[in-house]
Amino acid sequence: MAPLAPAPELRRKHLRRRLRTLGFLSPWLVGFTVFFGYPLIATVYFSFMHYNQIRPPTFVGLRNWTYVLGQMPLFGPALWNTLWLVVVMVALRVAFGLGIGLLVTKVKSGAGFFRTAFYLPYLAPPVAATVAFVFLLNPGTGPVDGILSRLGLPAPGWFNDPHWAKPSLVLLSLWGIGDLMVVFLAALLDVPKERYEAAELDGAGALARFRYVTWPAITPIVMFAVVTGVVQTMQYYTQALVAGKLASGVGVGPGTVVQPGYPDHSTLTVPQLVYSLGFQNFNTGAACVLSLVLFVIAMAVTSLLMRRRAGLLSAED
Amino acid sequence: MRKRPASKAALQWIAVHTTAVAAALFFTLPFVFVFLTSVMSDEQALSGDLWPHEWDWSNYAAVFRTPGFLDWWRNSLLYAGLGTLFTLCSSVPVAYALAKFRFRGRRTAMLLVIATMMLPPQVVVIPMYLVWAQQLHLAGSLWPLVIPMAFGDAYSIFLLRQFLLTIPTEYLEAARLDGCGELRVLLRVVVPMARPGIAAVALFQFFYCWNDYFGPQIYTAQNPGAWTLSYGLESFKSAHSVDWNLTMAATLLVMAPVVLVFFLAQKAFVEGVTLTGVKG
Repeated sequence: MAPLAPAPELRRKHLRRRLRTLGFLSPWLVGFTVFFGYPLIATVYFSFMHYNQIRPPTFVGLRNWTYVLGQMPLFGPALWNTLWLVVVMVALRVAFGLGIGLLVTKVKSGAGFFRTAFYLPYLAPPVAATVAFVFLLNPGTGPVDGILSRLGLPAPGWFNDPHWAKPSLVLLSLWGIGDLMVVFLAALLDVPKERYEAAELDGAGALARFRYVTWPAITPIVMFAVVTGVVQTMQYYTQALVAGKLASGVGVGPGTVVQPGYPDHSTLTVPQLVYSLGFQNFNTGAACVLSLVLFVIAMAVTSLLMRRRAGLLSAED
Repeated sequence: MRKRPASKAALQWIAVHTTAVAAALFFTLPFVFVFLTSVMSDEQALSGDLWPHEWDWSNYAAVFRTPGFLDWWRNSLLYAGLGTLFTLCSSVPVAYALAKFRFRGRRTAMLLVIATMMLPPQVVVIPMYLVWAQQLHLAGSLWPLVIPMAFGDAYSIFLLRQFLLTIPTEYLEAARLDGCGELRVLLRVVVPMARPGIAAVALFQFFYCWNDYFGPQIYTAQNPGAWTLSYGLESFKSAHSVDWNLTMAATLLVMAPVVLVFFLAQKAFVEGVTLTGVKG
């Protein structure tokens, strides 16, 4: 039996709605195709080419892939640094953000002042914040060294010491904890008061109250903070690059090329290596391979985020 | 011995507020030191002193006299202003369709928006750069950063959609019954109702552009005339490698607009934070 054909008028209406939807979506459809779809395909294409951005690209098969994954000396350090930052920075930021959030809920006097003071550093533009920290931690002349020496404490080399450069970046990221503080504060204030009162009646101490009342209520937010933190930290670029460049003391300007990672590749992250390969060494093929590696890792984490946190699409329907 | 509740509460008050003061010092002292250094003389700024002997405000004037500094200001405002405008014009209709239209593939579209939002910008930058530089000859300007914003920004679309979902559909139905086309509904009903959400997204986008370092580095590095403050600040430091006082004055001048906007628009900010999906 042939299905009943819809009345022509109904069909026209349907078509009009479809076109209207397309019309509203069109900016993004074009943007997604041109600024995401095309370059992604082109990145795959260039990953099989030798291309120095002057002479036309030539096909080299898997050579870029074996070079980047097998031989390139900086791939190991960059991956290691990125993983190090993902683990240490995210863990400390989540713990510190939660701690500051808890602190704000407990403060009785001057809550508004403290909240603003804790939030403000997050607003500092990353380059400005990094310049400030390179100055504050500058060996010898920086105020932090000044204070430490007055207290008779030894001062580490901070951004100039390969062992201290990444911890210094972590310190900088803890200074800008404002975003997480607000997120955790909202979550903590959402925990129903009655549950605390009930726990108190049962004789639960502060620690038990946190463990059995607060923690279960905020676990989803903690998960959210961890996964978005991982996504952000995999993109970690500006602060590490600027801190390395400025601490190295090499003059920067048009024409001068400073390889990222100072001191001793300790601040080199994967995104910086993409930049360095593609825009400093003009090794387009290798840079594209590394871009794709970053892409695969980012997609893996993102799919985890979408599964773990259906909430991102929660209000759907 | 059992403590009386009153003294326990007092002890807790002291502990909490001592910790809060210590934390406040951690968060504010960097600003204080940056400021104090910005008004020191050239020699003193190198000394490790914490307090200026004489307050030398001329450093700020010197920063403004630095060749290029005012251009960087103009470029930052241009990038952030145009970028925000383009983003809103292109992202609001998309977010509206994703929030309020029912169509096949809506969920997929939403997933793609979230996926692009999560991607590091470095992933697709090389082919894009080659197009802008070799085919369109626009490298050395901010256009390669501003033009794509006229085609929707994933993060803004996501946030706006979250906000538009909270607008009751009955209002839209009422307007449709009155004979409004969808575009009229969007402009006359949705946009006025969504003003707080739009303001929050505008702020975020403005700050994103103002703070952006990677974009200007890729596209304007070869042309100092097109640098923004965020990118220029780094070279300012390199050019004045020992003049920490000047560098700190410049640093504060880069931070100031953002902090000022924050205090002027605190409400929109709070709105934006609750939008980011923390309430699941």
